[in-house]
Amino acid sequence: MTSEAADPVDAAAIAPAADAGFLQRWGTEIEYILIPGAALVAALLVFGIFVALFGKNPLDLYWYMYYGAFGTWFSWQNTLSRAAPLILTALCTALPAQLGMVIIGGEGALLIGALAATSAALALQGMPPLVVQIAMVIAGMTGGGLWILLSGGLRQYRGVNETISSLLLVYIALAILNHLVEGAMRDPASLNKPSTREIGAANMIGTIPGTDVHWGLVFGLILAVASYILIFHTTFGFAARVAGGNIRAAKIVGLSVGKLILTVCFLAGACAGLAGMVEVAAVQGRTNANLAVGYGFTGILVAFLARQNPLAIIPVAILLGGINASGGLLQRRLGLPDASVFVLQGIIFISVLASDALYGRIGFLKGKS
Amino acid sequence: MADGNIGLWTVPLAVLGGAIRVSTPFLFVSLGECITERSGRINLGLEGTLVMGAMSAYGISYLSGSPWLGVLAAGLTGALLGALHAGICSLPRVNDVAVGISLMLFGTGLAFFLGKPLIEPTAARLPAIDFGWWSDVAQVRAALRINVLFLLGVVLAPILYWAFKTTRWGLLIRTAGESADAARAMGHSVLMIRLRATMAGGFLAGIGGSFLSLFYPGSWNEGLSSGQGITAVALVIFARWDPMLCLWASLAFGGAAALGPALQSVGVTSGYHLFNAAPYILTLLIMIITCSPKRTLSGAPAELSITR
Repeated sequence: MTSEAADPVDAAAIAPAADAGFLQRWGTEIEYILIPGAALVAALLVFGIFVALFGKNPLDLYWYMYYGAFGTWFSWQNTLSRAAPLILTALCTALPAQLGMVIIGGEGALLIGALAATSAALALQGMPPLVVQIAMVIAGMTGGGLWILLSGGLRQYRGVNETISSLLLVYIALAILNHLVEGAMRDPASLNKPSTREIGAANMIGTIPGTDVHWGLVFGLILAVASYILIFHTTFGFAARVAGGNIRAAKIVGLSVGKLILTVCFLAGACAGLAGMVEVAAVQGRTNANLAVGYGFTGILVAFLARQNPLAIIPVAILLGGINASGGLLQRRLGLPDASVFVLQGIIFISVLASDALYGRIGFLKGKS
Repeated sequence: MADGNIGLWTVPLAVLGGAIRVSTPFLFVSLGECITERSGRINLGLEGTLVMGAMSAYGISYLSGSPWLGVLAAGLTGALLGALHAGICSLPRVNDVAVGISLMLFGTGLAFFLGKPLIEPTAARLPAIDFGWWSDVAQVRAALRINVLFLLGVVLAPILYWAFKTTRWGLLIRTAGESADAARAMGHSVLMIRLRATMAGGFLAGIGGSFLSLFYPGSWNEGLSSGQGITAVALVIFARWDPMLCLWASLAFGGAAALGPALQSVGVTSGYHLFNAAPYILTLLIMIITCSPKRTLSGAPAELSITR
């Protein structure tokens, strides 16, 4: 990511005459790549020092992280499969962020989406697979959408803070999932790990031909691009960004802010709900507590690292998916606990937020006006 | 249930006992958050602080054999995390809500990382005072085995109430929370006041965590806290930033959280997971009832980003 930024800067250094104009035009864009990139590098350095304290060689760490994430075709496929739900859960934070809302309940919408998709598939057993799959997509997105709509509605009609309510809803979603999976929806054959019945091999959405990467990645890419178009190239998106920038101005020009909030929250939840559907229909084949592995929480980090831009979410999700994918290798080869991935994510998150202070302060990017 | 003659009384008794036992972490986190929020900043990272506190208390208690050293270690860990939060927030254009979310993820991750070797061993636990000696019903005695930390928390709430109202420190914290400009005009550094308030808040939240691992449930594992920290943060909002109301709200929450295990002990197991979610549902309901889109909450510090 940093190399993209480095080239134009170097070119500018060679041709000082074009310097000011070029940087004035592109300075902000360069900042958006350079600063998060630098924050990422700083976080990796801090994490290297952290593992060095435990007697591990940081260079080994970086090598295994690269190898486990992007070193082979196998690890690339693993990375991309993990990136798919991250793109979708990141959209759950990034879309409301356009309105100035901080939603961190993607994990809850994912779980509800998974439950809804599984229920749809189990109810339609025997129908043609395509019908079942379409029903799963609709059910998953509706379930997740309604779940985050709840946070949006509480914010709009009761003034309840959406950050706290969406996080509380994660725990409630997990309780509902455990309740149903151990009760009404339990497959009697699942003894050790209570689960629902399987949706059936025929109804799984399968992998992209020639790869082991499931179709969820395509779902994620489509929704990320669609979100980008919605936010930056439609009247609706423009209205949302106006309301996010200045809510009073939005009201004065007659935007119905409430409708915007509710629609955006529904769409955001629908994305995370689709992530739940994908995890069921492409990976697990059923719903159980295995679904709550933190994709929703990593998605928050992806959204912040991508500065809430839906297109930037794609490469960032692949990067974070790669870090997740390399966790297994770090565990086996370096003997690091599985939680080391979470430590690294936490350090990246802190470092990215701290780097917000740097915008507009890097001298050579300001140009000479 | 050994004592057949008390039968269904087990449930209210267990809820009462739970209100006392389970409320302690809620109490410490909410009092800590109360100090931080009164200074005009919100720390959503106390969930991570709670888990880090639980882990470090367990580790130090195991290594040193003294649970009280563990409590102190938990408090210091919490204060460090608070300092980290305040430090990042004092940079320009950094959002305190987002920093809180990042510290929540970082704290839990770090605690799981460092706590891996602590799942097996047994650490020395905190002592409890037996207030139920007069009764020969086992459940009453169990309900009245009260931990010293709970009593400390109960004493701390009125002290904080008094301190906010009458001491110089309380006034400074409130000024920083109501109007940063006024505090600056008085010649005080708002960032320093908030740094200290966030560290104090982290210290208390860390102690709340030590209660989890050293008394109830009394062991270290990765499922130790699931959202108690964030519930306590929400609790401060509807306790209207009043330490005494925090105390009553924490007790109510402890009772709600004890409902699941209490019903399970009399054989009602069907809704176990739903009853376990009772504190979160209760939080949400109370927030729905007490919040309003028309006005800001009474008692809310004016500088607080989350209520504006």
